[in-house]
Amino acid sequence: MDEGLVGRGAREGGRLFREWFQTLTDAAESGERAAYVFVMGSMMEVLRSFDMHTVFPEINSLQTAVRRVSDEYLSIAEDHGFSPDVCGYVKADYGLQMRGGEHPMGRIPKPSVAVLTNACNTYLKWGEIWERLYDIPTVTIDVPGSRRAPGTKAHRDGELERDRKYVEGQIREMIPILEEVSGRKFDIDRFREVLDLTNQMGRSWRRLLELNATHPAVFDAMQEGTIYLGVVNALRGTQAGVDYFRDLVEEMEYKVAENISPLVDREEGHRLIFVGVPCYPIFRRFHQLFTDWGGVFVSSTYMWFASGGLSREFEYDLDNPIESMADGMLQSVTGAVDAMLFHDQALIEAIDTYGADGVVYHPVKSCRTVSTGLADSRRVVLENRDVLCLYIESDMMDKRVVSEAQLKNRIDAFFEGLESRKLRMAASGATS
Amino acid sequence: MEAATDTVGAGAGPEPRDIVRLMDLTPDASLDETLWYVREMVEDPDFPTVRKWTDGGGKVLGHFQVYFPEELAHAAGMLPVKIRGSQMDRREADSHFGSYLCSILRSSLELGLTDRITLDMFVTHPICDAARNLASIWARNLDTPAQILYLPQNPNSAFAGIYLEGEYRRVLDDITEIVGHPVSDDDLRASIAVFNDNRRLLRDLYAIKRETPWLLPMDEAYVLVAMGGMITREEHNELLERVLPMILAREARPQDKIRVVFEGGFCEQPPLDLLRSIAQFCYVVDDDFLIGLRWILNDVPTDGTPLQNLATAYLDDSSYSPVQHDLRKPKEKMLLERIRGARADAAIISAAKMCEPGLDEQVAYSQALDEEGIPYFVTEFEEKMTSYDHLQIQLETFVENLLFQ
Repeated sequence: MDEGLVGRGAREGGRLFREWFQTLTDAAESGERAAYVFVMGSMMEVLRSFDMHTVFPEINSLQTAVRRVSDEYLSIAEDHGFSPDVCGYVKADYGLQMRGGEHPMGRIPKPSVAVLTNACNTYLKWGEIWERLYDIPTVTIDVPGSRRAPGTKAHRDGELERDRKYVEGQIREMIPILEEVSGRKFDIDRFREVLDLTNQMGRSWRRLLELNATHPAVFDAMQEGTIYLGVVNALRGTQAGVDYFRDLVEEMEYKVAENISPLVDREEGHRLIFVGVPCYPIFRRFHQLFTDWGGVFVSSTYMWFASGGLSREFEYDLDNPIESMADGMLQSVTGAVDAMLFHDQALIEAIDTYGADGVVYHPVKSCRTVSTGLADSRRVVLENRDVLCLYIESDMMDKRVVSEAQLKNRIDAFFEGLESRKLRMAASGATS
Repeated sequence: MEAATDTVGAGAGPEPRDIVRLMDLTPDASLDETLWYVREMVEDPDFPTVRKWTDGGGKVLGHFQVYFPEELAHAAGMLPVKIRGSQMDRREADSHFGSYLCSILRSSLELGLTDRITLDMFVTHPICDAARNLASIWARNLDTPAQILYLPQNPNSAFAGIYLEGEYRRVLDDITEIVGHPVSDDDLRASIAVFNDNRRLLRDLYAIKRETPWLLPMDEAYVLVAMGGMITREEHNELLERVLPMILAREARPQDKIRVVFEGGFCEQPPLDLLRSIAQFCYVVDDDFLIGLRWILNDVPTDGTPLQNLATAYLDDSSYSPVQHDLRKPKEKMLLERIRGARADAAIISAAKMCEPGLDEQVAYSQALDEEGIPYFVTEFEEKMTSYDHLQIQLETFVENLLFQ
């Protein structure tokens, strides 16, 4: 086995992520301009063409939870009047701003501009907080999504083009604002270069997802997948990002060839799909509750909706960059929102594609976009496929609503059911 | 039971239209009888007026809070019904949702799952992260066509108007498929005229609240407004035209109560008993209850292109709420304008439990009111709450502090 190759993606991902946070720390200290953006509809290609630093407040917030200090940030926001029942990401970011950008990974620069989308309604409320705190330009790119479950009714002539034109118009309105904030003219050739780099990253990303359909799977979509998601957002449209994902594909192809599972001390026992956002306050332990039973997450809706649309078969047209950016934005945000609102059929397809035995739904208090429809969509999945589903509630930020003992109890029962089902299937197979 | 009809409104549009009456209320009913009846209807989870419409063969478009251009449904001959949940025991819907969600979402689905309300089309909006999930949930569980109307969240874009006009066209095309006949611009103009009348009457009602609040307690004003979301607009206009003069003729004297603005009723609705509790201590001189019914502030032009006029009015001549992002309308600034416009002494800053936009806005409102030195009372409510003792004690203390400071 090539020891240097296996595990390289996780190691390099961590290194690149730390380096990226260091550039933000340097920017904060030198007073360089930064744009605040969100993972769904980040507009990175446009911002990157102005060479602006980009800050992902969602990533900052989840990192406070992974590093077990989110409660400090949440407390600051709640002391300022925020309810315990609103998004923990927003509150942790508010606490971060009150602390002058102090973060366990470094120092976060203040925003010079913010770019919002309606992929999550809370993004809009979040942006309003920055407007009040910093009096900065906040640019909204409003992206109309699917009006009903995809495939249930055909679009009428011109409907999609109307949506695309609305998005394109807003992108064209944003560019002069960014020119003013950055003090630079928009360089369309530089923009094309960035789009091309994103296209290359997208190809590798889709190959990565495809490779995990093998038996055994070659990475865990919740554990390693979260690392990959961090890199794919932070380094989108960069050569470093292209190189990272090209190397990652090489590593995964090697693991496929050698049948190497992400589980180090046991065989792959159960192939699972994760729906929702992980439980970051006990991230490692949460994951371990599944791997202890030989469970591997072969896919996740998180890798669909938080990857900036790269899981979709779309490439930017470099001959029509702004029009194509609008098209990409429309498709990527629509795809992300569909993965949260209308995911039942996609899950059924994923169960077949990845050969999954079970689906784990993890609605969280903090995120109603992701969580609202899960209890209901689970019914459809259960009606259509012979899988077991686990439905567990906690949070992605607030450890006050995370009960590890209760989670373990439910997860253990789920796996006992999976084990029992496996035995029954083996027995019926033996007698048939 | 068949709905009663009359041909009226020759002046309301190009064609005379039949007025369909769904209320079992005699034209000579007293004000007290009328208010009692309207209160019963608003609180009835079986929506008898809507049932009467469907029993008569009428089609219903149900639209979830906050705003929907009801003129589109009206012009097609559908009854637009505001889906605003209901105070009732939930037996079916809770198993379709997780824990950390507002009540209105659950009770609205309960209405459909238990056949209390039968729709021919359901529309929700991306007003919040929970509400836009309703389209998929509704479609998975009920045969009703369900969809999202993407009202623009960037009304500051020069492209928002043409986009919204196209979105209204799309919804209207869906409506015409359901009713099975085309809807002309003249149909739309006639409906806009009816709704202009309704908006004017609602403004008159709110003027009474503002200028002579002792004549119209908040709970009575609320049920009169809410009734509009469950009967034909022509009948609602008749109702308001009849009762507003009766309210103005009431013999009531001003009491020593503080004037307050209530904020936080834009989506989930509190129980009427809660409103009565507040009315014991305060004159609520303005509020955002059912703001979608009063979203457009002035008459929409009846000449020109109707869908364009409706889109322009939505964007440029409209109220505010925590669920619309508009750089021209910072919510705390708009609240201060509402308070000043109503000459209020204080504000009740409320939010439905688990309502993220409402809860988020409480922070900005509180900070702005602190800066302006305006007293305020922060609270939460839930449509299914049944105990008000705690809130009454807190509110009474708040009011006494203001009266005797």
